Amino acid sequence: MSALSQKHLLGIKYLQLSDIELIFSTADEFLEVIRRPIKKVPSLRDKTIANIFFENSTRTKLSFELAEKRLSADVINFSASGSSVSKGETLVDTVNNILAMKVDMVVMRHPNPGAAHFLATQVNATIINAGDGAHEHPTQALLDAYSIRQKFGNNLKGLRIAIIGDILHSRVALSNIFCLKMLGAEVRLCGPATLIPRYIDQLGVEISYDLMETLRWCDVANFLRVQHERMDVKYFPTLREYIMQYGLNSQLLQKLNKPITILHPGPINRGVELTSQVADGEHSIILQQVENGVAIRMAVLYLLAGTRE
Amino acid sequence: MNEQLMSITLQRLCRQLIENHNDFSKSVIIGLQPRGIAMARRIQQLLEESGVKKLRFGSLDITFFRDDFRIHAKPLKANETRIDFVVEQQRVIFVDDVLYTGRSVRAAMDAIQSFGRPSQIELMVLIDRRFSRQLPIQATYIGRPVDAIASERVIVEWKEENEKDQVIIIRHEG
Repeated sequence: MSALSQKHLLGIKYLQLSDIELIFSTADEFLEVIRRPIKKVPSLRDKTIANIFFENSTRTKLSFELAEKRLSADVINFSASGSSVSKGETLVDTVNNILAMKVDMVVMRHPNPGAAHFLATQVNATIINAGDGAHEHPTQALLDAYSIRQKFGNNLKGLRIAIIGDILHSRVALSNIFCLKMLGAEVRLCGPATLIPRYIDQLGVEISYDLMETLRWCDVANFLRVQHERMDVKYFPTLREYIMQYGLNSQLLQKLNKPITILHPGPINRGVELTSQVADGEHSIILQQVENGVAIRMAVLYLLAGTRE
Repeated sequence: MNEQLMSITLQRLCRQLIENHNDFSKSVIIGLQPRGIAMARRIQQLLEESGVKKLRFGSLDITFFRDDFRIHAKPLKANETRIDFVVEQQRVIFVDDVLYTGRSVRAAMDAIQSFGRPSQIELMVLIDRRFSRQLPIQATYIGRPVDAIASERVIVEWKEENEKDQVIIIRHEG
């Protein structure tokens, strides 16, 4: 197999295991490319890519932009603030106007779940979902799994992975669950009951409300950010109480008597879900995640651009 | 071309290399992925048997530098690139099994620039399909020239990957 089964990357749930493995093996080669003295290849020099961000982003946007530039694509950036979206232009109109300028691929982040899927049915371009509301964030899940695989060897089968924190508002959690389950890992969610969506256990994941017990169980812990900006009501009494119950610090880590690998998709609320010592500590692979992110996104862009019309 | 003939040809190519490169202190061998690796390994082995010490060896994948990768129905699969030295001011010897249109070699010349500026690039091929070139590219060391037309395929097999060393020409029917 050397082609993806999909024309767009809308979510992990549309992918097959062979797709994920193809993305990983292609990313291996791009990782080597971005470690060269000259980090650029001409593969996408005839493609134009629009990065359309209706929501704030640092890592994802920079990472996509860098990936596009390393592949020699032409890049245009668009963010909703300061655009005609505030004048009431619809999503399809905005994107069609951008496509009229002869754009081949669209990387989009949008606050509404399903926005990328909707767009893929409406416009004629390759769509890559860079996060749609609390739904999916496929490239993040791919780079998380890729980083874990880099640390533990090729096989994730039976590896115990905990996703800890604000599951309810997280698109990373859902994509991660789909991706890790497909790769054969055991997945457990942990967080306050108010931040774990109902019925999510139907995806075949365990649920726990006890951080210490979950840490003892897992080999890898992926901590998620508490998304204050999405919280319209109070989900926990005080931030201090959340930190006491679900924040990870080095004392807790030492009590475990075993190493666990720490991931975080960023941006970190330092002192909330992770203390600085843990985030910068020896078990954290947070910065490797960022490096791998560029390689994974290069692989996704390359594979999606590489099919004939 | 059978095993015995191939062995004689490879020996000759090695002698030519030694003639030109002495002790290889400023020369590196780069196999072109995917089909040139087996041959490059064999050349490396023969050179080491003839007393060349500390021969530097790398493999180069040119997938991302090809000019035709979107003409195919599927994206081309990338292979491993392993060059753990800098080629700046070195004499680079590309090794591939068949020289056909010359497009892979053009891509390889582009790709190697990412690792520095070589003082010289040479090309060694086992088979030269001399009437099929689409670019002005010639090999420095040629195992054997072959006159095959475009509808024929030249296949080089190596003991390491297939059962035996051999070169065959297949005519496509229909």
